[in-house]
Order: sequence, then structure tokens, then C-alpha cells
Amino acid sequence: MSTQDNRLSGGLIDRERPLRFRFNGEELQGFQGDTVASALVANGVKLVGRSFKYHRPRGILTAGSEEPNALLTIGEGAYAEPNTRATVAELYDGLSAKSQNHRGPLGFDVMAVNDFLSPFLSAGFYYKTFMWPRAFWEKLYEPIIRKSAGLGALSGEPDPSSYDKGFLHCDLLVIGAGPAGLAAARSAARAGAKVILADEDFRFGGRLNAETYEIDGRPGAVWAEDTAKALAEMENVRLMPRTTVYGAYDHGVYGALERTGDHLPDTDGKPRQVLWRIYTKRALLCAGATERPIAFGDNDRPGVMLASAVRSYANRFAATPGKRIAVFTNNDDGWRTASDLAARGVEVAAVIDPRDGSPRAEIPGASVFMGDAVAGTKGRKAIREITLASGRSLAVDCLAVSGGWNPNLQLTCHQRGKPAWNAEIAAFVPADPLPVGMSVAGAARGALSLQAALTEGQAKAEAALSDLGFKVSGEPVPASSDESFAVTPLWHVKESKRRAWVDLQNDVTVKDVKLAHQEGFLSVEHLKRYTTLGMATDQGKTANVLGLAIMAEQRGISIPEAGTTIFRPPYTPVPIGALAGRARGKDFRPYRLTPSHDWAEEQGAVFVEAGAWMRAQYFPREGETHWRQSVDREVSTTRNSVGVCDVTTLGKVDIQGRDAAEFLNRVYINGFAKLAVGKTRYGMMLREDGIAMDDGTTARLGETHYVMTTTTANAGPVFRHLEFCRQCLWPDLDVHLISTTDGWAQFAVAGPNARKLLQKVVDAEFDISNEGFPFMACGEITVCGGTPARLFRISFSGELAYEIAVPARYGDALIRVLMQAGEEFGVTPYGTEALGVMRIEKGHAAGAELCGTTTAQDLGMGRMVSKKKDCIGNTLSERPELNREDGLRLVGFRPVDKSHALKAGWHFVSKGSPTDMAHDEGWMTSVAFSPSLGHSIGLGFIKSGDTRMGEIVRAVSPATDSDIEVEIVPSHFVDPEGERLRG
Amino acid sequence: MRYSLLKILAEGLKGNTGWTPVWRNPEPREAYDVVIVGAGGHGLATAYYLAKEFGITNVAVLEKGWLGSGNIGRNTTIIRSNYLLPGNEPFYEFSMKLWEGLEQDFNYNAMVSQRGIINLYHNDGQQAAYLRRANAMRMAGADAVMLSQDEVRRLCPFLDFDNARFPIKGGLMQPRGGTVRHDAVAWGYARGADERGVDIIQNCEVTGFQIEDGVCRGVETSRGKISAKKVAVCVAGSSSRVMSLAGMRLPIESHVLQAFVSEGLKPTIPGVVTFGAGHFYVSQSDKGGLVFGGDLDGYNSYAQRGGLPVVEDVCEGGMAVMPMIGRARLLRGWGGIMDMSMDGSPFIDRTSIDGLYFNGGWCYGGFKATPASGFTYAHLIARDEPHPVAAAYRLDRFQRGAMIDEKGMGAQPNLH
Ligand SMILES: Cc1cc2nc3c(=O)[nH]c(=O)nc-3n(C[C@H](O)[C@H](O)[C@H](O)COP(=O)(O)OP(=O)(O)OC[C@H]3O[C@@H](n4cnc5c(N)ncnc54)[C@H](O)[C@@H]3O)c2cc1C
Repeated sequence: MSTQDNRLSGGLIDRERPLRFRFNGEELQGFQGDTVASALVANGVKLVGRSFKYHRPRGILTAGSEEPNALLTIGEGAYAEPNTRATVAELYDGLSAKSQNHRGPLGFDVMAVNDFLSPFLSAGFYYKTFMWPRAFWEKLYEPIIRKSAGLGALSGEPDPSSYDKGFLHCDLLVIGAGPAGLAAARSAARAGAKVILADEDFRFGGRLNAETYEIDGRPGAVWAEDTAKALAEMENVRLMPRTTVYGAYDHGVYGALERTGDHLPDTDGKPRQVLWRIYTKRALLCAGATERPIAFGDNDRPGVMLASAVRSYANRFAATPGKRIAVFTNNDDGWRTASDLAARGVEVAAVIDPRDGSPRAEIPGASVFMGDAVAGTKGRKAIREITLASGRSLAVDCLAVSGGWNPNLQLTCHQRGKPAWNAEIAAFVPADPLPVGMSVAGAARGALSLQAALTEGQAKAEAALSDLGFKVSGEPVPASSDESFAVTPLWHVKESKRRAWVDLQNDVTVKDVKLAHQEGFLSVEHLKRYTTLGMATDQGKTANVLGLAIMAEQRGISIPEAGTTIFRPPYTPVPIGALAGRARGKDFRPYRLTPSHDWAEEQGAVFVEAGAWMRAQYFPREGETHWRQSVDREVSTTRNSVGVCDVTTLGKVDIQGRDAAEFLNRVYINGFAKLAVGKTRYGMMLREDGIAMDDGTTARLGETHYVMTTTTANAGPVFRHLEFCRQCLWPDLDVHLISTTDGWAQFAVAGPNARKLLQKVVDAEFDISNEGFPFMACGEITVCGGTPARLFRISFSGELAYEIAVPARYGDALIRVLMQAGEEFGVTPYGTEALGVMRIEKGHAAGAELCGTTTAQDLGMGRMVSKKKDCIGNTLSERPELNREDGLRLVGFRPVDKSHALKAGWHFVSKGSPTDMAHDEGWMTSVAFSPSLGHSIGLGFIKSGDTRMGEIVRAVSPATDSDIEVEIVPSHFVDPEGERLRG
Repeated sequence: MRYSLLKILAEGLKGNTGWTPVWRNPEPREAYDVVIVGAGGHGLATAYYLAKEFGITNVAVLEKGWLGSGNIGRNTTIIRSNYLLPGNEPFYEFSMKLWEGLEQDFNYNAMVSQRGIINLYHNDGQQAAYLRRANAMRMAGADAVMLSQDEVRRLCPFLDFDNARFPIKGGLMQPRGGTVRHDAVAWGYARGADERGVDIIQNCEVTGFQIEDGVCRGVETSRGKISAKKVAVCVAGSSSRVMSLAGMRLPIESHVLQAFVSEGLKPTIPGVVTFGAGHFYVSQSDKGGLVFGGDLDGYNSYAQRGGLPVVEDVCEGGMAVMPMIGRARLLRGWGGIMDMSMDGSPFIDRTSIDGLYFNGGWCYGGFKATPASGFTYAHLIARDEPHPVAAAYRLDRFQRGAMIDEKGMGAQPNLH
């Protein structure tokens, strides 16, 4: 076990709570309050990963979410989470972390040969080769590239964690709980506003936790803790630590990810993360700033870190990244690293500042090199030595680099806002237009000093609140020192002899940027895409500005002239599992169950998904081993005696009003004006473009009251269409619509004994004899001694049939009553399969025929179109190409050799014609085995089908290697005269 | 300059100092034979084939931003020729054949990768529809295989076969489908066109057309007037806006489509998988990112950004079909403006204005069409008659009732 050799005293860790963890199998120790990175630093671990392309050794660069290098796989088995930034992963007891992207152990990665090949692997090299021979790309080159690319690996197992989603509302969302955010939240909270304060860190305070500043006479971290405590006690404030606001969306909506369980060894069944949608009236971005590096030779060695990160580790985590540290900074803030380290007793070997003038601070024991720069480093797996531009060499085990600060303005770009250049801090700052309702304060806006952050945070919060009509108190701003951030930009050290990295994760060097320039990839976007600069998991947080600056230098123009870099959501990567929440597995979409579902389940029904519905597909009985046996029996029993089917899923629309008849006349191709009360009629409706949309029956229950049925699939779309017509096209009509699909349980009772069965159920005062209730009759009745019901004498099966509807809550009871009443007739329940067989035997169109490209004429219903009135789709249905002589017609097909089973999806080709697209004449839409006929039958569209009865054509399926002869026949296979249904 | 392995080795040894710009940055001239508006994939391909196949090199491609800044650089890079209808399938199969020889043709590695595309189905109706499609593909000379559930399982063992709300029953596979590195397509065509003398003029926005007596004689741009014998518009998501400058209204609506990429991961998904029941499709890029997307945002928009509900919806689809991706993180999302036509199919046609040509209406499927679109558009411009495989893409097809509606959704662009 390692000894935490690099632990210092103090810090914001809890030494009472030591934690064990493993890194690449080695057992190490840290404390509560550590991140994985800080614990590794404390244990003196420098090498934590390998780079993407050259597999160079890499160490921790930062102490925050901008980390490009220290990406680990955390967790084991299905819990393993690749690419996790060690710098934000909270340590917990038993945590297991592994490095990624190496073959062989981390220290001896065989893929590191890539590094020696680097002259040939410059930016975009792969666009110029790997083209010959052609077949080698997929077989050889690409598999090799794919294998060596990528970072961590997914386990391949279903994600075992659960995730939740929630919605929040507030007056003011404060993003970031550093000094600006805390000051903002404090004054907003005191004004009585509903405030949410979110921070990605598990500890509020932002930079205050990493610095030695004082506020109102207290250490900054203490002030932050006190302020957060005070806020926590206020009812109008919601504090959200461990919460990343990852996206700014339209209308003041923000996406946020709260990591509720990632810091726990076990979430105990609770969600691991919660995805919030936060609806805000105003938002204040106080996201701080991110330090950027400087590019110089071999600046990617483990041990080269951002100066602010070195400070964070030393001050906040009491862990020093080195025992002899040099600081390389082009700005005054970088000097703080040197003074803080020295104050904590860490040896500062040197401070190198490329600016001229006198040292910015007195650093005990350190050599100071003004006007000099670091031009190179040595040490394969960890830095050993630095070389200065002046030629001098120094032995160090850590180099802290500061190239200045970039405001964290990502969220201001999420609605495609473009930042502006601020020369004073040599960085991009947020620019108008900001997302509506958003303002920015503190370092995120480029105000880098602490006092400025506190002042701005409070002022911006007050401005937002007075905007919303709150009274603000205008209390004094907390007081702190106002330190200097003066910076003289230095992007890369020209004296460097070796490659200098710009984007560490994607291995983009200064040379690559220069090559992009040389090859004409001048625009920032071309630069990014050609070199992959900024495309890694850190979205270029530490790299983009550097790359842009170097390109500007090459082109001899200013940085803002060269372009800006914008950012896209999310701010930091968000697990797909969290974005999906609970919508997975069986909970992906809700189930709709029919009223007879429980009963059907008791019968052992096999169910099938029909959109969101679960419908009984067939009801196997004892001894039946193949679904066809059950289906054949269900069909035969229905055709010979009686069967019952739950048809609740068909859409139902209640249509009422003085103009209901006129309304129907306008939406259906056939006339409805003359339909008598107590009668039902089949109707077909077209889309506006003249294509068949849906069909169904509409019953006239009263003078001004109709009930329409639609197909199951189109229940929603038809209702939407009708509402559109009613509200937008004909607001003058007196008609009202309600979808009652779920309101009524409806059963088809079909077969020669259907009437006898129903007579036992329908109350005696209702005459349902053939004379009293003939084919296509409908009416409101009662059943079982007074239960209200509706009865329709309609038939999809082609048998004597009724559909009976009761309020949905009686559906379960009714199916039981029907089945009991039918016992003496040997009644069978039938499912969607038998339903399908019987409708195909009758040649009725369904979803496969109403496929959105066929016309009424194609479906053989051309003659239904009433010429006496207009209807939706009528005009466009008259377009010439929809009325071709050789247009498609729906007809029946039967195999010439009756033993063949037909398949939907086959195409038709004339005998003697080649099987190609030019000779394609149509396709088979639906097939069934007809128990009534004893062979397979099909429906399909074929050119001029109605005039080709008796012709033998080929039904071909090159995709499944079959080609058989079929005969074109009328589509009514059973009872073509329709005698049964009138019986 | 010809690219090759040898060239890379030679350059590597001398410090990569010999590489030259892939294209020039010329000033616009006063007049051209052909002015192409829009340096997206289609515009650049058109210029390339005009020069290479039809010998017309006095051509300018005008681009308002940087070349490739539109949908060519925003798509999910899927290529396939798994269409159903006779108006479409031969065109897309022609495109597939061009993809297959493209890199050798323009001497640029666009990473055409035919790792296959699988469309999952979940019920008998979908299976029948896919079989119909597979047969149409085969009859047009393309490849198509119907996969059983077991075969899908063998190829994609990570799919949720056991606990899915919509159980996977099988799939339609096109083995020759796959992905292509989108930017490289733009760059390869740009380089090839530039080499043959085409002027690609970036940061040059077309702001109007010079139309005299019903004849288009050139364009007005942010960099001055440019005359042309023929003006060929192909601006994809900007179609309706640009054509309105010529006084034309199009059967096109503009919609946002989002796409997403995850952090880099070791290879885990072999080819392209689409899950229609949940609006999700995914492939894995050579760099290791899962590239995925779903449905349109649904409302008309010119803003190149999408909303949060669709992000969540797409991820739900992803988790429903492959729950192993839960711990992969979404790295970036973006949106592109789709030129959604009334039947979901494109236009490559002359317009009512002489000398003005239009190419657009690509919906979310125009990337795979890039080579064929460029080739057939060049054919139309050069010969003034449609190429046979693109003959159905006429602007007057709605008037005639000759819609090419693959999905059968009718004139509702956001449903295609
Ligand atoms: C998220 C997403 C995913 C997609 N996925 C796929 C996929 O997987 N497979 C597939 O096949 N297709 C896909 N597509 C569709 C495909 O990207 C497009 O259909 C195709 O790229 C459009 O053609 P283009 O390349 O020419 O368009 P663009 O690249 O958009 O080119 C049009 C150009 O015109 C320029 N322009 C506009 N107005 C003017 C003007 N006034 N003057 C000068 N220039 C102008 C634009 O700046 C632009 O560069 C996807 C699209 C998106 C957005």
C-alpha cells in the first residue's frame, strides 16, 4: 500500500475518513473529500493514461471538468464507466479505476510505436492513403484504425443503474457556486425569489476552495461554506451540488444532470443520476474561467499541469503534484501557484515568465527567469527536466503552466451565440445576443478578480430580480482583495525543438495546425475538422483558443479575424442512460391494454404489440402445438358457429352537432347525408392529396349524433385530421368531436350463432332479429338487465356479425358474460390472427393495403366516390398519374400449386418477363392460410389487376430465393355474394 | 498533387514541408459558364462531375460560409441504397456504385466503409414491408438480405432481445450500406473540382438572381455581380430562402434534425443499426464515437439547433434497443436544417426560369445521394435533359400526381 507521500497538511479533506481504492489493481488510500485525481496525486501517481493517436504517456493536467488526459474507467463489470475524468470523480471506499487505451500494461504500451511513426501520421494523413487496393479498407486498414482508436470500452452489458428525471421551476437559476454565484444566490434569496444554485462540484465555493483569498476577513472557503449553509436554511432556495447545467435551450429551459449516486459505493437501488429540466425566468451564468496551457516542446509529459490545478491540489486537497516544482506563467495569477506552494513548504525550483520586468512576487528558494520560456521537457513517463528557451536546464518533477484564463462561456453559445475577443485578458468573452433571460457574471464574463466576481454576481442578480419585479435590498457587497490578472499572451514557444501539443487528448500539435494552414484549411472549422482539434471529450476547453491563436499567427491576422470557437451542448458529456431515464426495457413506452386483457391472459392468450396496444393474437387450447392450429380452429369455429373478438382498439370518434352529417359528407368520399338514424355505413376517407387515408364504419345513433370507427393504427391520425378540418377548415360547422376509443369496450360477435348468443345477453325489450335489426343497423340498447350498451350489425369477418360496446369498465364483465352465453354454441374467442385471416378471405383492406400511397380506385373503391358532393382529397385524386389506365388494383391471388404458402412482400412479374425493376408489376400485401379453402391466399396490388382475372403471373422474391406462379382471382374468397352477413 | 502512401512517406521524411493547399481561394471572376450556388456536398460534386465527366470547367461554386459548412458537415454519414420505389431505388443504387469507386476516382480517402446497415423489425407487418423493399432492391440490382432474429443476434448480440417493449423479430440488411467520412467527401470533391479549374469561392453569399425576360443571366452576391449562362442552385436547407430570391415557392418545408456523438469508445457496434419503432439509429465512427440520431424536432425552423425533448427521445430509443450504451456519454449534439419535401423525395430539375436549375428537397437522406446527385445534376446542366436515374425528380410531379412517397405519409414533410 502506498503511503500518500505527497500529502501535505491542511486542506478540505476529512482525514478522519480514510478511503481505500484501486488503480490498475494497485491498492491505494485517500480521504473523504478527495477526487480520484487528487488521491492519485497524493500517492505520487503521475502516469494515468495514454493519448489517443500516439499513445504517449499522459498525466493529470487539470483539477476540473476540462481534463483532457486523466480519463479512467471507473467501476467493474457492467458498472464500468469508461472515459471518466479522474479530476471530477469523487473518491469512495472500494472504488476501482483503470487506465485506458493501451495494449499491454500502462507503462509499456506496445501501441506507443505510433509515436515513432509520427512524421507519417500528421494531421489528416489518412485522407491521403489507404485507398489501394479498394477492398482493403474494410478488411484491413479500417479494422486496425478502429481498434487503436477509441478510448475506454463499454462493458457490453446492459447498464445496471437506474436514472430519474424531474422538472424544476425557478425565478433565478444561478449556474456555478463560486464567489460570483454565491454572492448572486445570496442576494436573490434575500429578496425572496425562488432560487436554484447549481454547481458541478460536490463542494460549493468554486475557486475559493483552491485559493488562499479572504472574504470579509474569513478564508474564502469558510465564507463559501457559511454562505452555502445560510442559503440551505432558506425555503426559497434549492442548492444543487454535483449538478452540471449542461445545456441552455430555448425559452429559458436548462438541462441539468445531478449525480446523486456516483460518489457512493452503492446507490442502494436509488437512481444514480437525475436529469432535470429547469424552467427559469432568469438565469445567471457564474461558471468561472478555465486556465489554458502554453504549447512548448513535449509539453504533454506527465507532471506538466495547469498552474491553477497544482494550486487546487495543494490548497484544497493537501496533495502536492511534485516535490520540486517549476512554474511557467505569462500572467500574474500564475505566480500565486509559486507563492502558495512555497507557503505550504513545497520546493519551488523556478518561476519562468516570458514577460520582461521584475518578478511579480518574492518566492523563497526559487530561481526566477523573466523574459524566458520553457522550450522542452525530458522524462519518458514523468517529467524529469525542463529546458528553457535560453538553453538552461532544470531538474523538476512537476511543471505548473499558466497561459491565462478563458471564461467558461459555453452555455452562452448553445443557441448559436458567438463570443467576442477581449484583448485585455486575451480571451473570448460572452457577447450579445445571449440566450433570452441569461446574464453572465464574474470570471465567466471575463471579470477575473475576486472582488469583481463578488460585485458582479450580486449586481447581476439584483438586475435580474428587479426585472422580475422583486424588491432588492442593495446590501453591501462582501469585501475581498483585488488581485492582478495581468497577462501578455504567449500561445506557443517558438524556440521549441520538439512537437508541442495543442489538443492533448486528440494529439494535435502546433505542427498539425501549421500543416492545416499550409494545406489551405484556414477557417477555424476546417482546422478543427481536419486536425480534430477540439473534438475530444473535453470539447477543446483547454485547446481551442490556443489552436485558433496559432492559426491566426500563421495567417498573419488577429485572433478575432481568424474566427471564434463556439460550443455545443452539452457543457460536459452526459450519460445516455441519464438522458433516457426510466424509458427503457418494458418501460420504454406505456402499454395500452384492452378491457378483456385480464380475461384473455387467464385464457392463456398469446399477445402481440399493435402500436402501444397489446392485443390477443390467438388463444391456444390444450393439444395445439402450432399457432396455425389455434388460428384455423378459431376461424372455423367462427365461420361455423360463433366467435368473439375484442375490437376495442379500433378508433372511435363521437361526432355530434347540427352539421355532423355535413361534416361527414365532407370527410368521406361517399355520401352520409341520407344515412338514416339507426343505420351504419362503411366509409372511406382520403388525405388532402387524394390518397386513401382510412376506412371504417360510422353509425347514426341520433338526428345529430354519429359514432365513427377508424382502424387501430389510425385512431390518432384520423382524430387529428378531423379536428384540423373542424377547427381550421370549417369553423362555421356546428360539430363537436371526442375520441372515445378508451371509453367503450367493444367486441365483435361473429358467426351463424352470433344472434342466438347475443339474444341471451341483450335485454329482451330489444328486438335484434334479422327483421328488427337488419344488416347495418345500429342502436342504443341495454344488456344484462339494464347496463347501457350499443349494438352495431356490422361485419369484418363476412359472417352474420355484431359489434357490441359497453362502457369500458364493464368490458371485463361483458367478455365473461358473452363467453358463458356462448358455451352452448361452442363459442371461441379469436385473436388478431383469425381476424386477419377472415378479413383477407373477404378481401377487406387493412393497414398493408391502406399504406399511404394507394387511392380509392387502387383499392377497388373508385365507384364509392360520390359525384354529388365534394370531399377532402377529391380534387387531387383526379390527377392524371393517379388515374393511369395501367394503375394498380387490389385483387386476390392464389398459388397455382396449392401446396405453396404465399408471403406478403413478394413482387409480381408477368410470365416470361425478367425479374427486374422495369418489369415489376406490383406486390403482395397480405396473406393467410384459408381454412375455409384449405390453401394459402393473398391480397395484393398488380397493374390493371381488375382486368386480368384468371391470369397466371409469377410471384417473385429474389431476397428469399423464391419464384412461384400465382393466379389472379377476385379478392372475395369466401361468400362473394355476402349472403352470410345478411342472414 | 497526387496522394499516395509513397507521398506520405516521402513528405514525412522531409518534415511534411511539400504539401500544398488542397484548393485555391480565388477571387470571383465576372462571368462563368456555370455558377453553382452552395458548396455543400452536392454543389461540389456537381462541379467535379461537370468538369470531369462533361468537360465544363469554366465553373464557379459560390458558398456563403466555408465550404462544407452546411449539412454535408452535419450529417450522420450513412450511405445505403435500400429504397423501395422505382423513382428512387435506381438513383440511390447508382449513387452507391459511385461511392464504391469514389476514392480511387478523386484520389482522396473518404473512408467509404461498407460495414452494413440493419433495419430492425418487430412485427409481421414490418417484416412484410421490409421483404417488399428487399425484393425491390434486389430487382434494381442492389443487395439485400432478410435476417432472422438469430442472425441479428449473431451480428449484434448487444441488442435487447429479451426485455424489449417492442421485441426484435429480425431485420433487413444491406451489406453494402455503411458510412463515409462526411467532411472528406466535401474536401475530396472540392480538391478534384479545383484541380480541374473550378473556382470555389467561399464567403460569397448569393443575395439575388439576375433575371431578364424569364431568363436567368447570373447572380448577385455579397462580393458583387457574377454573370453565368447557367445558374444551378443546390443549397439544401436554404432552398426555400434562396429560391424565393428568384420568386419561386417550393414544395419544401424547413425542419431541424439533430444528431449526436458520444465520447470515443473501443469498437462495439459493427455497422449501422436502425430502430424505427423508437426513432433511433446509430453507427460507430472510426474514431470510436457512437454517432446517432432520431426524428426531426417536428416544427418548421431555420435555426440550426434543436430542443431538449428530442435529445431525450432519441436516447430513450437508444436505451430501449441497446441498453449497454447507458454509461456511454453524449459528447455533442447539433442540428441541421433539412429541406423536407412534400413526398420525402428530392428534386433535380430545370425551373420555369430559363437558365436556372434546382437541386434540393433531400430531407435527411441527401448525404448518401451526394455522388449521384452531383453526377445527374451535372448531366442535366450540361445536356439539358435529365439523367435516366433521376428522371422522376421533377418539380411538377405533384401536379401530375407522380409523388415518390417512400413512407406513404403524404404531403406532411415532417413525417417523412
Ligand atoms: C443531423 C443530420 C443527419 C443526417 N444524416 C444523414 C445520413 O445519415 N445519411 C444521409 O444520406 N443524409 C443525412 N443527412 C442529410 C444530408 O446531410 C443532406 O441531405 C445533404 O448534405 C444535403 O446536401 P448538401 O451536402 O449539398 O447540403 P449542404 O452541405 O447544406 O450545402 C448547401 C450549401 O449551400 C450554402 N448556401 C446556402 N445559402 C447560400 C447562399 N445564399 N449563397 C451561397 N451559398 C449558400 C450553405 O452554406 C451550404 O454550404 C443528415 C442531415 C442532418 C442535418
